[in-house]
Amino acid sequence: MLRFILRRLLITIPMVLVVVSVTWGLIRLAPGNFYTGEKPIPPAIEKNIRERYGLDKPWYVQYGRMISNTLHGDFGISLKYQGEPVNRILKNALPVSATIGVLAYLLALAVGIVSGTLAALRQNSNLDYTSMAAAMIGISLPNFVLGPTLVLFLSLTWYVLPPALWGGPRHLILPVITLSGVYMAYIARLARSGMLEVLRSNYIRTARAKGLAERHVLIRHALRGGLLPVVSFSGPALAFLLTGTVVVEKIFALPGLGNYFINANLNRDEPLIIGIVAFISIVVLIFNLMVDIAYGFIDPRVRY
Amino acid sequence: MLLSVRNLRTYFDEDGRVVKAVDGVSFDLERGETLGIVGESGSGKSVTNLTIMRLIPSPPGRIAGGEVIFDGRNLLALPDEEMRKLRGRRIAMVFQDPMTSLNPFMRISRQLTEVTRLHLGHGKAEAYEHAVHMLEMVGIPDARKRAEGYPHEFSGGMRQRVMIAMALSCKPELLIADEPTTALDVTIQAQILELIKNLKQETGTSEILITHDLGVVAGTTNRVVVMYAGKVFESAPTGELFSRPGNPYTKGLLQSVPDPTCDTKELFQIPGLPPDVANLGPGCPFAPRCFRAEAICKEQFPPFVALTPSHHSLCHFADEIYKGAS
Ligand SMILES: Nc1ncnc2c1ncn2[C@@H]1O[C@H](COP(=O)(O)OP(=O)(O)OP(=O)(O)O)[C@@H](O)[C@H]1O
Ligand SMILES: [Mg+2]
Repeated sequence: MLRFILRRLLITIPMVLVVVSVTWGLIRLAPGNFYTGEKPIPPAIEKNIRERYGLDKPWYVQYGRMISNTLHGDFGISLKYQGEPVNRILKNALPVSATIGVLAYLLALAVGIVSGTLAALRQNSNLDYTSMAAAMIGISLPNFVLGPTLVLFLSLTWYVLPPALWGGPRHLILPVITLSGVYMAYIARLARSGMLEVLRSNYIRTARAKGLAERHVLIRHALRGGLLPVVSFSGPALAFLLTGTVVVEKIFALPGLGNYFINANLNRDEPLIIGIVAFISIVVLIFNLMVDIAYGFIDPRVRY
Repeated sequence: MLLSVRNLRTYFDEDGRVVKAVDGVSFDLERGETLGIVGESGSGKSVTNLTIMRLIPSPPGRIAGGEVIFDGRNLLALPDEEMRKLRGRRIAMVFQDPMTSLNPFMRISRQLTEVTRLHLGHGKAEAYEHAVHMLEMVGIPDARKRAEGYPHEFSGGMRQRVMIAMALSCKPELLIADEPTTALDVTIQAQILELIKNLKQETGTSEILITHDLGVVAGTTNRVVVMYAGKVFESAPTGELFSRPGNPYTKGLLQSVPDPTCDTKELFQIPGLPPDVANLGPGCPFAPRCFRAEAICKEQFPPFVALTPSHHSLCHFADEIYKGAS
């Protein structure tokens, strides 16, 4: 078990290096530069800038510096936000993204599991049809439609919630709902199909044959197996959640990682892009590891 | 009388059709006796017994009629709560498939203790000791250690032993064993059946044993019910059923048992396949496969003939077959 964890953590390092290398290559391929704008810059000034940021050096020197920075966990100074170290930007932006991300996932888990399980218990009832119809809508509705729609009604028509920006808890409500919508729907469907399968299984029949009350059959015997698909989904879900925050932070103008990431790309702010990409890959890899470990605790048949 | 099943009907509604899995089944079981139920696959043996336990999944299943009188009370009319108190306590069941009938996520000990904690009011420690004792009784070596394991660490035969330990842990008055050995290999089959037989004697439990294996029926049961297409075709004391069957279907089943003393290489087989119980005609459901069938069999449903007070057969020619067999 410990060896399994150590091995997985060690693999993280080369994987992150591959991800940042590809990112770095893609930045090079894209036309334009962080200093190019509408107006052409005089060649003398351009030469100065390139020298100042080491862009005149051969590509392998630049690449080596980027890799070395990544290995040291220090991504240098942002090119656009003058004098801001990338690490400080990450540190300030992370709590914003983490807060909406975690809240959105918890909300999705709570609503998804409860409605999916109830739907499975009352298969083909009105409750089942309603919640699965809602889930269908939730899955097909992109967050860039759901978000503005919520804003239109709750903020601009009925004035109950703030439409954007980072502030008190009330500012969290709309972004969290917008972000969690798809996952809620997805988890509800996973929970329903997982529970339906388990509730039909022979060991549940055994549990009933023992004379257990229906709630004990459900809680002690059915939930664990029925919700296993939801647990496995949690790994990839985080990755999707991170892409989701990019859109949601843009919609609600929140100062999170996603918003910085978009701006950094528009600005060709290389150190910031690399910093965010490296950070997010580490988070995704570690989260997947945690899901695998959790899986081992839930299902005794899994061995490392 | 411990159990009396009266005219039981269990139907499944399946895309507009009604599958009459059990259609008018009756039989009795005395205390301490073992009743065998035999019949081809799909004849309704499992559904009959799941109905007794009220474990038919609904939908699509429904109990369309009849009574299950257990110790004087009709189980089909009991409130759910009362029925739950009987299940596992006074009526226990061992299922066909030991590989999937235990919860893969739960320790063996817990799966055993939860029954006695529920029904016998055992405390944690007491239930645990009882569980270990039961596992020892069904012949699990190193029971105290194995109790901490999970089902996937047990072989099929061992899992079936665990199921039996679980079923017997509250000393039920009735044990329903639904093909307890079908999924196991032959040597293990014999061990398991012997085990059930001995435990039954020790605890004074009555039993319904469902099986395909007529040899097992001959060796372990007092009475036999032969089922076909959801109906009881014959019902008789075991010895008499084997020596003087009163039904062509039973005769067919007995003939399909390989006889080692006989030289003929070819095995007898009842021709054809069991009918679709969703659309049966008015006549005898076995008629298309029957060697004795006449025009009347296709048109009229056969009577349930009493050959002796304890021997009944569903056939237009029951008397003739019965007499011919002697
Ligand atoms: N859940 C269900 N839904 C629909 N039909 C069912 C269901 N369970 C059983 N049946 C039908 O009921 C009939 C009787 O099935 P049953 O399981 O009682 O047969 P069996 O005699 O136990 O056969 P086997 O020896 O193969 O176990 C079959 O035609 C089967 O298709
Ligand atoms: Mg069966």
